[in-house]
This record gives sequence, structure tokens and C-alpha cells, in this order.
Amino acid sequence: MSDGTLATVRRGLALSPELRPGMAGTIALALVQMGGRVAVPIAVQQGIDHGIRAAGGPDLGFVVKVVAITFVALTISTIAGYLMTRRLFTVSETALGALRSRTFRHIHDLSMLHQQSERRGSMVSRVTSDVDQISQFLQFGGVQLLLSSGQLLVSTLVMLFYSWQLTLVVLLAFGPSVVIIRLFQKRLAGTYRQVRERTGVMLGAVAESVVGATVIRAYGVAGRTEERLDTSIERLRVSQQQALRTSVTSFSSGEIGAGLALAAVVVIGTLMGLDGGLTVGELTAFLFLVTLFIQPVQIATDMLNEAQNAVAGWRRVLDVLDLDPDVADPDDQGVDLPAGPLSVHFRDVSFRYPDGPVVLADVDLRLDARKKYAVVGETGSGKTTFAKLLTRLMDPAAGEVLLSDTPLPSVRFSSLRARVVMVPQDGFLFDATIAENIRFAAPSLSDDDLAAAFTELGLADWVDGLPAGMETPVGERGEALSVGERQLVALVRAYVADPDLLVLDEATSAVDPATEVRLQRALDTVTRGRTTVAIAHRLSTAQSADEVIVVDAGRVVQRGPHAALVADENSIYAKLYASWLEQTRST
Amino acid sequence: MSHSRPSRDVLGRGLRVLGQAIRTEPRMFTIGVVGSSLFGLLIIANSYVVGAVIGHVVVPAFTDHRVATGSLALVAAAFLGISALRVAGVFGRRLGAGFMQFRLQARYRRAVTRRYLSLPPSWHQKHATGTLLSNANSDVEAAFVPIAPLPFAVGTIIMVFAAVLILFLTDWVLALVGVALFPTLFGLNVIYSRYMSPRQIRAQQMRAKVSAVAHESFDGALVVKTMGREEDESQRFAVFVTELRDALISVGRLRGLFDPVMDSLPSVGTLAVLLLGAWRLESGAISVGELVTVSFLFTVLAFPVRAIGWVVAELPRSVAGWERVQAVLTATGDLAYGNVALDRKVPATLTFEHVDFSYGDGPLVLHDVTFDVPAGRTVALVGPTGSGKSTIAALAIRLVDPDSGRIVLDDVPVHDLTAASLARTTALVPQIPFVFDDTVRSNVTLDRDGLGDEEAWSALRLAQADRFVEKLPEGLDTAVGERGTSLSGGQRQRITLARALADHPRLLVLDDATSAVDPRVEAAILSSLRSAGAGASILVVAYRRATIALADQVVYLEQGKVVATGTHAGLLATNQGYADLVTAYEKAEQNA
Repeated sequence: MSDGTLATVRRGLALSPELRPGMAGTIALALVQMGGRVAVPIAVQQGIDHGIRAAGGPDLGFVVKVVAITFVALTISTIAGYLMTRRLFTVSETALGALRSRTFRHIHDLSMLHQQSERRGSMVSRVTSDVDQISQFLQFGGVQLLLSSGQLLVSTLVMLFYSWQLTLVVLLAFGPSVVIIRLFQKRLAGTYRQVRERTGVMLGAVAESVVGATVIRAYGVAGRTEERLDTSIERLRVSQQQALRTSVTSFSSGEIGAGLALAAVVVIGTLMGLDGGLTVGELTAFLFLVTLFIQPVQIATDMLNEAQNAVAGWRRVLDVLDLDPDVADPDDQGVDLPAGPLSVHFRDVSFRYPDGPVVLADVDLRLDARKKYAVVGETGSGKTTFAKLLTRLMDPAAGEVLLSDTPLPSVRFSSLRARVVMVPQDGFLFDATIAENIRFAAPSLSDDDLAAAFTELGLADWVDGLPAGMETPVGERGEALSVGERQLVALVRAYVADPDLLVLDEATSAVDPATEVRLQRALDTVTRGRTTVAIAHRLSTAQSADEVIVVDAGRVVQRGPHAALVADENSIYAKLYASWLEQTRST
Repeated sequence: MSHSRPSRDVLGRGLRVLGQAIRTEPRMFTIGVVGSSLFGLLIIANSYVVGAVIGHVVVPAFTDHRVATGSLALVAAAFLGISALRVAGVFGRRLGAGFMQFRLQARYRRAVTRRYLSLPPSWHQKHATGTLLSNANSDVEAAFVPIAPLPFAVGTIIMVFAAVLILFLTDWVLALVGVALFPTLFGLNVIYSRYMSPRQIRAQQMRAKVSAVAHESFDGALVVKTMGREEDESQRFAVFVTELRDALISVGRLRGLFDPVMDSLPSVGTLAVLLLGAWRLESGAISVGELVTVSFLFTVLAFPVRAIGWVVAELPRSVAGWERVQAVLTATGDLAYGNVALDRKVPATLTFEHVDFSYGDGPLVLHDVTFDVPAGRTVALVGPTGSGKSTIAALAIRLVDPDSGRIVLDDVPVHDLTAASLARTTALVPQIPFVFDDTVRSNVTLDRDGLGDEEAWSALRLAQADRFVEKLPEGLDTAVGERGTSLSGGQRQRITLARALADHPRLLVLDDATSAVDPRVEAAILSSLRSAGAGASILVVAYRRATIALADQVVYLEQGKVVATGTHAGLLATNQGYADLVTAYEKAEQNA
């Protein structure tokens, strides 16, 4: 095995401690099982030499005795086999289940940047098909590999017992094969890695064809999606076949070794037996043993090849686990946010995406507690980045963000996420009912509390008008509701979370004006006491804010109450507001 | 696929899947079986050579204490020759089997994804993305798992028949051991597959479930993060992981019971041969060499016979995967297209006549909707959130069909149009922009005929997207990342708007398509649409008065019904609901 493979297995075992306990017992059971297999050639040897070809003529009684003893040995071995398989499955599936869960959690713990850099299909494959690959290997190949190793060991020992010279001959005959197999392992590792990668790419393509199905249909461009799918499917197939060719070539070298070993044993064994150094039974038994030795070598070769596939899957899982959650929860080392309303301080904050241009530059800003702020600016000016830094979905490249004078990185997530909530523009809903989606933020909410929340936000009429009210299922990604309705649910969800700092990123962009105004008022009356930062294109939001912050090309260019900003006719805000008026007032 | 379905006929159904696979890939299957048969016959030959060598070379040599160099050389050559031929057999068997498996997987993956592309949005809405991913990946894989050992198994069956024949030629008593052993092995396999079937099906179902939950959860990662619900999501996921684990452990327990027995039976056969052989040898019916041959044969047959077991053991999983794949392949509900192609160059007319619509079995979301968009005109759809505007937009370009009533484009009912003509005539810019993991250029042109860089730039200009695209590191060649993650929401909207404009549709449907664009940019987009939009009729879902003011006609909806139709000024004066909706901001300001 290549070093990379061993390193992966070592790392994998270290990260799956559940695999270790009872390993010794499992191996012991495997050895007992193997003992049964080796008992048979010994029985044949004994039966032939001391029974059939016994000095005083065939001794049937002895043969019966040998057969009976061997049968008992076989039975014990079979039971050992059952216990071994059971243990192996229980231990390995428990460990892999834990690995799935751990990887799943880790992916959620990764920063938004990491999550975005990975294709979703590929992330899903880390907790599904990559782990399946390990599981399938352990269920089949793992058992075989364990048994084969046992068989190899036991048959070598028994061969040594019969004749160390012939054993040496067998080992020498296999020498070249072992070298070749080792050489191929490295190549195989590479080809299997490619297979796993291409599986990920294919899943990405399939995911896009499913998620983008409507657009593909609307534009009648199924052809190009088909082409993309076909290419990824075809590339996967080609790499699978390449891996197989390499694997079979490697396997064949074991086959050649087997032929060499048999031929050498017969020729040398016969020569050794000429002067009585070996009996017929012994040579026969040896030929059996060579077969028992060859089989596991071949199976092991095969399974090692399979193992490369599993290791490739394992490595992909470990690679994700190795990614540092760079926006990490300080957890026990962290502090809780001070009680009460939260103030905000951006201290010389800059941000850029890795390898990207600067998105926010030298933002120095203080926002008072309990006030309501609106952040406005052209698309791409850095408003959403501002919101993400404020809620610590990302960390700034330079400078720091403080809430009530506490630096964000030192705040433990349990406190941060309970006190600071952001409502993104695409208010993702889970495939559940409206009530369940809202309870996502506050699991202990009673039905009455839930109804009260809708009433407080002026949405009771809307929700009562739905076919099953709050129990209406929203469909996958909320698609059974209109986009505006989804935003309403997402807003209620954030509202019941009752945060001290509420960040709204275009949270009502698809809601009709009358409902929006109603929501605004409702939020105003209920947001007294909390700090609100709303990013908005609809300047109606800005008008009702205590202060407006204008962002342009990554810098804060203006701030102040709406009325004051509008007064400066040449300012960016005044122009934005003029075009807003033009759009909302012209008749 | 349900649990209640008896697993008794799983063997039959599994064999039918195999039959289908063989008919699909006859060449690869033949190569595999020929290789496997060669391999198997050589194993038998090897046993005979071993027996013959012991009987005719070793025993005389050990008795006479000498041996001819020639006969030893012959023995060595025989072993090496057999070995070389066996390598050929291995190549044929394994490449044949593997290539067959991979080709089938690729073929069915293509077929399944073709269905995804042709099944209508209503079908997609009913199926979770994670499940569809699993159908195309692990279900296809599961369906053809037994293909890998199949040629080996078929070759083994040939080998077993040859072996039994040879056994009979050697000694009928020893042959009976084989006659008893091989059918027992096969029978055990059949029983095994019956018990295994429900367990495998359950495991496969849980796999799909785990995949679906993971997909949904990662899709909503932002919400999970902002609400700090990582732990709860992990627990939700863990429930299904635990069920999958238990299902797999239950598979393992049964396999643990079965495998060792299957392993031991051939050894029991060898013991029986030794016992009976001793007796037959004593009565002079067979020689030592023959006894060695026969017992060697049982030893080497033990492994290949397992191949039959592998095929049978994987059949339930295969059937489970296959049925899930078939469910996609045979799903109905395709929107059948007609054969009328519109070839006019002028703006299209769109007419809704008494249209009712409901999603699935749900309540009606549109009641008796009637309106039209005259050629070259702009009609605004206005109504409160959830009043059915997006549904009308989807109906207008025939993403879905109405329950009753007609939708007509240029005097032709939309369901009579060809898919290509419909796509060329109409373009929808949805509320939520969907961007492909590709370059800006491909996202705009979608590789449609006749759309080059020039058309892409002019569409981007109309959509007010040219300036930010120019600033991207590689301009049109910039890759936007999966679902456009490297772009802001407003940028994504403008890219999808450019996509819609690029091929000069004759009917443009804008579903609140500028919601993430700031006011100045929106104003610029609207004015460029007005000046360049002479080629298209426009149906626009809008809230802003500037957008509505562009419209020649306004259709005002409430709860799925057309409440009023007329000009903006007219409705403002006559309809209180409409007036409240569109003047909400002004009123809010006045009250402030």
C-alpha cells in the first residue's frame, strides 16, 4: 500500500475510535475461523498417509476418526465465523454511522465561505456515497481481507511445519508478484481517487439538472444540460474502467505467481522426495496448502484494490473533517454577550473573498443599542457582506466587529445565535408545515404563542386564509408557497427567536407594499428595545429608520437620519431616493 | 417497494433485472462468461494435473527413488501453461463483467437524468432533490451490483456441470457427493435471498432518506447557521443515520449466519470424499491419484461457487434499486407538446380564457382567470402576496397546464405548440434567479443558436449588467460558481434578465424580476426595456408604481381571481384594494 493510503487509514482510525474496541477479539475469531479451513488439508494428509496408505494396509477406522475430528473443528470455525461477522458489522456500522453524523455536523460548522466553495452534491456525497464505499468495503472486502490475512498466516505456518524448504520456494515464487502488486497499489490509489472525484462532479451535474429543471424547460435548453450530464457520466465511466484495468493487471500478477509456485513445489518437492525426504501425503498436503496460500493472496490483492476505492472515499471524508472551521465557536473559552440591548462597533473593518477584490474597506462604524438602522447602496456595494460580518457568518480580513464592546470571535455561538438573528433574502424553508418551520427557531413555542406571533405581525388573516392554516405544508424548499409568502414565514421565524439584534437582509423584497408597510409598523412597535439593521432597496424602510447608512463600493459614504441625508441634493442617497420616488410615485 | 410486498418473488424479479442487463450488454456479458468459463475449466484441469502428477509422477518417483527430467519439465510446463491461460480468463471475466456494469450504470444514469429533464415542474415539486440524486447515483449503482460477479457465476455454473460430469466419469459414489453438495449450496442461496430481501430494501430506503435529509440541510445551511441550529439539525440527521446503521447491522447479522456456512460446506464435501474415497479405494474402485483429484476439486471449487451466492445475495438490493429507477423512468405526467411552430416576427398576443388552476390535489389557486396581453403591449399583474401572480406567469410560458380553460398564444393554444417554438417565443424571468455553475457567457446565451458574444453583451447592456460584468476578473468568461454564489442577489437577477432578453422573445414575462435590484438600476432597466422592447409583448408582475406605470393595462388579482382590469389611473380611482396596495408607501409616509 502506498504511504498515502496507510496515512489515510491511520488518520481514519484515529477519527473513528469506535472501530478499535473489540478489534483483538474480532481478529481472534477470524483466526479460529481460518483454523477450520486449514484443518481440511491436514486431514487429507493424515487420511492418506496414515489411513489409506497405512503401513499395514488401509485403516478405515483411522480415516473415520480424522474426518470426525475435522468436522468438529469445521463446526467450531463456522460458529467463530458467525460471531466474527456479527461483531465486525456491528462495530463498523456503528463507527461509520458516527462518522456520518460527525461529518454532517462538521460541514455545518464550516464557515459560509467553505460551504460555498463546495458543491452541494459533493457535500452530500461525503455523508452518503463516500461513507457507503467504506461500509461496503468493510462488509465484504474487509471480512475477506481479514480472513485472507488469517488464512495466509496459518497456511504459511502449516507449510513451514511440513517443509521449510518448500515454503521458501513458494515465498520466492510469489516474490515478483508482491513487488508488482505493491507498484500497482500506488497507481490504483490515484485512479480510485479520480473515480470518487468524478462521482462528486457527476452528482453536482445531476443536482443542477434537478434544481434548475424549470429554467432548463423554460428556455428549451435541455440539450446542453444533457451534454453536461453525459460528459460527467461518461468521464466517471472511463475512470471506473481505467481503475478496473489497473486492478485486473495487478491481480493477474498474483495468478502468475500461483502458477510459478505450484510448478516449483511439484518439481522441487518430487526431487526432495526421491531420497525419502517427503512422503506422498506430505507433498499432496503441501499442494493443497499452496492453494490455500494462493487463494488469500489473490483475494487479498483484490480486496486491497477494493480498499483503495474505500480509502479514496475515506480520504474525501477526512479532507472535509480536516478543514478548519475558520469561523469557529470559542465554546468553553468564549463569553456570553452582555445582557440587554446590543450596540455594534465595526472597528476599521475590511473584507475580501479569498483571491477576490476588496468588498468592504476600512469601515469604522458605531451603531447604538435599541435603534433602527437602514443600510442602503447599489447592488454589489457590500451591504450583504456587512450583514454577514455583523452576524459572524464570516470574519473580517482586517479590523474587528464588537457587539456591546465584546469582540465577536470571543462570543460563544450559543449566546451569539440566540441574541443575534439574520433573515436572509432567500428565507429557506424546510419541507415541513409552516408551524414546524417557525418552531425551528423556538422549539418550545405553543400553538397559542404561534398564533399570537402571526397576529402581532399582522399576518393572521394571511395564515388563516391558507388551506390548512399554520399546518399547511410548505413543500421542498418552501416551494408550495409563493416567494413573498416564504419571506413572511422566514420573518415570523426570526421574530419568534426574539433576538436583541435583528438583521434583515432584503427580508421583504418579494412582499407586496401594503403587507410590507404593515409588517414594518408591526416590527417597529415590537422592535422597541432591540437593535435592528435592515438592508433594503425599498427606501420606505430607510425613511422609517432612525439612521441611514449609505454604502458605496465597499465604503460607508454617508450616515444620518433620512431627512438630513436627503437635504444634501448631490449625495448618493439623495439620488437613490429621487429614483425611488420616481418609481413609487409616478402615475 | 413497500415492506408489505412479499419478498418471495424477489428472486424472479432479480433474475428479470439480470436478463434485462444481459440483453442490453450482450457483448460484454459474452466476453465475461467466456473468460469465466475458461477460468473455471482451467481450475478443473488444474485439479486433474495435480492428481495426475501425484498418481503418475510423484508416487512412482517416491517408490522408485528416481524421476525422468523430461516428465518433471512437462509438469512444470503444464502448471505454467494453465496459469497463463487463466490470466487470459481472468482478464476476460473481470473486464467483461466490470465494463458491463459500468456501461449499464452510465446508460441508466443517462436515462434517469433524461427523465428529470423531461418530467414537468409539477413532478419535480413532489420529489426531494436528495431523493432524485440518490435515484441517479446509488439506486442505479445498486441495481447493477450483481452484474460484477454475474459472469463469474455463470462461468461457475458451467464449471460445476463439467465437474459433476467428470466426477461421474471418475467414480459414481464420489460424484454423488457433488450432486448433493452443489444443489444444497444453491438452495441455501435462494433461502438466504428471501430473508435478505426486506433487509436490503430497508437499507436502500434509509440510504435515500439520509441523502435527502443531508441535501435539504446543506441547502438550508445559512438558515441553520443564523438560527444556531447546527446541533438540532445534527440530531435530526442522526435519527436517520441510526436507522440506516441498524438496517445495515441487520443485513450483517444475516450475512454472518450465511457466509460461514457457505464457506464450510465445500470443506464438508472434501471430508465426505475422503471418507467415501477411503472405502472406494479399499474396494479398488479408484486410485490414490483420483482421490486426490476429487478432493482437490472440492477445495478449489469452494471459492467460485461463492460467486453464485454473491449474485443471489445482491439480488434484493438490486431489485430495490431497479424499482426506484424504474419509478423515475416510467413516471408519467409529461407535458405533451404539439406540432405547431409560430414563425412570426412581431410581438405575440397572449390570452387567458377562464383558467382554473390548483397544485396537485390542493385547493384552486386561480379561479376563472381571463385577460389578454395584446401584441406589443405591456400588462402588469398586481395583487397582494400569495394572490396567484407567479402561477399565472408559469402558466403563460406553459411550465404547468391549467385544470380548465385555455391559454392561447397568437391564436394557437399553448399546448399545440412545439417545445422549441414555445421556448423561442416566450421568456420568463423568475423571482428567484437560477444561475448555472458556468461562465457568465454560457449563463446568458445558454448555448442557444445564433447567440454570440455580441448578443450576450447587448442583452447584458439592456439588463444593466454590462458594467459589473466588465469589471469581473475574466469578463464573460468568469465562472459564477454553483448557483451563482460569487454574485450578489441583484447581479444574479440581472444575469437572468439578460438571459431572457438575449434571444429576443416575442412575449416577455417578468415575475417581480427586479426585486433585488436597487431603485436607480431598476429605473435604468425599465427605460431600456421600454426603448428596446418594441419587439415583445410584456407581462410583468410588479409592485412599484414606476413599473406599473409602464403598463398599458393592469390586471388586479385578489385570492386567485381577477378583481379588476383597466388602466392604472382608472383602477386607482375605482378600486379601493388596488389603491391601498400601490399607494401603501405614500400613505405610510404621510402617516409617519
